[in-house]
Amino acid sequence: MKLLKLQRTMARAVMQPLTSSERMQRKAPDGRAMRSYAARFIKPNDRLTSFERLEIYNRQYWFRLLSSMLEDFPGLRSVLGDRRFEAMCKAYIVDCPSRSFTLRNLGAQLESWLGKHPQWAGRKQALALDIVRLEWADIEAFDGQAEPVLRLEELSGAAGENLRLKLQPYVQLLDLRYPVDDLLLEVRKDDEDTDFASNAFQERRKRKRVQAVAQLKPDNIFLAVHRIDNSVYFRRIQREEFAILTALKRGKPLGKAIEAALRGTSIALEERPAAVQKWFQNWATLGWFCQLQKNPANS
Amino acid sequence: MPANRFNGFTDYGIGIGLRAPHYQHILTRKPVVDWFEIISENFMIDGGRPLQVLDEILEQYKVVQHGVSMYFGSAEKPNREHLRRLKELVKRTKTPWVSDHLCWGSVDGRYTHDLLPMPYTFEAAKITAQKVREVRDFLEVPVAVENVSSYAEFHVSEMTEWEFLNEVVERADCGILLDVNNIYVSSQNHSFDPVAYVSSIPAERIAQIHIAGHSKYRKYILDTHDHPVIDPVWKLYERAIQRAGHTATLLEWDDSIPSFQEVHNEALKANRFLSATLLATAV
Repeated sequence: MKLLKLQRTMARAVMQPLTSSERMQRKAPDGRAMRSYAARFIKPNDRLTSFERLEIYNRQYWFRLLSSMLEDFPGLRSVLGDRRFEAMCKAYIVDCPSRSFTLRNLGAQLESWLGKHPQWAGRKQALALDIVRLEWADIEAFDGQAEPVLRLEELSGAAGENLRLKLQPYVQLLDLRYPVDDLLLEVRKDDEDTDFASNAFQERRKRKRVQAVAQLKPDNIFLAVHRIDNSVYFRRIQREEFAILTALKRGKPLGKAIEAALRGTSIALEERPAAVQKWFQNWATLGWFCQLQKNPANS
Repeated sequence: MPANRFNGFTDYGIGIGLRAPHYQHILTRKPVVDWFEIISENFMIDGGRPLQVLDEILEQYKVVQHGVSMYFGSAEKPNREHLRRLKELVKRTKTPWVSDHLCWGSVDGRYTHDLLPMPYTFEAAKITAQKVREVRDFLEVPVAVENVSSYAEFHVSEMTEWEFLNEVVERADCGILLDVNNIYVSSQNHSFDPVAYVSSIPAERIAQIHIAGHSKYRKYILDTHDHPVIDPVWKLYERAIQRAGHTATLLEWDDSIPSFQEVHNEALKANRFLSATLLATAV
């Protein structure tokens, strides 16, 4: 058997889902008995059959990838419940196997995939999608690029309303239907606590978490997921702030970004200049703007 | 012998793997450690805390990069994005050499994130060596390939594992990261003589040695890196340094990670073998 053929044959078996008792399936991907499928290319030894040797790799694959999903999406797990979450992860990994050299990117397609497979979250679909967005934004904010921060003196002589301010790549902006920031913080606190807790205490915590999810009411929030001193924070922002920042992120000039954001706002006309000034001051203090690029529009 | 062209003519001592649970201890206590090995993929990112920690470590310690997903033995071409990011990191760390495993793990663009065993064939050796050369030429640093622990063997194999390793490194003209724990694990799983393996390796190509612990099950052994090093593995280590000389040595401990001091103490046990070898060379 040539190298490529052997690797395809083995990968198909290794990436095939395990049974409910976490063993290798009896049927191979091509419908034949897995025993003869494995025996075709793997030698048995005096202790293990070909099937059993292949099974070691099959199990390791699934344990490793499921553990990565569990680490990255504890919030979604709390929304779906342990069993449904695990079943969903298996279905997701079958449809969207890793195409990156790093497991960090394993969940990159989860939001769009979950959107196309509403059966996993059922009535909690909107909540599930929101928490996935937040957990993925958290990953992106954690190790996203940080560029040199804009200095105030750079703004003198800059082109007013045509100025194009660039947001730090690590800043993630979210428009959410549920206050999932609170939920995720609660889940993480639980996870930290349960590391040192008894089983009974963990069970009580789990019940409390299930109740918290069940009671979570829709409440449209806008969130900036960002970093301070390399720790990730969730900062709630106003709708208008979200609109300005989103427009800036898309490369819109300052004037147009502000104008569009304030269209239809409930902020009184006379209060708008002060509000906008305060927002920009906050964002600049948080280091959200990158140094100006040297292009004609900014000079 | 220890400083050779496969480890950038360096003469590193005993290092340990840089792992997140030890960051705080290392950055605040600044313990004396010869060098740290980092998992390249953990730092092939755009920014954030991991890179900040790495930069602080680099200010005070020597760092060598070790990868887990280059998959020299995969039949497909190297991933360009992977190579680009790896080279960026090489420039950042100034690692004297880069290592990754003699295994495969991806096919048709799909990654298993595992170190899957190679079929020991001449075709596989040729493909693997070509890839090692491509990676080394792109990165512009010496490359060392590490033997993996394995749990399966293939009907198509035409040679032993050590013959395959020799075939690859000779064709690629690259170094060896000799993992003596992996040799032990595979020798138990496949019933071969681990000493014969260590004795058959071209000693002049050994750039670095790995030591680690493993987990024993009823019918096989798993390479889990979650225990101290056992005596038979130390014996293999002793044999390896008798042949290769005072070689850069690294302890891997990746799961159930104990305190920094415990991990470092376990690594420093290598000193008794290194001292004995130096003494033997002197007399």
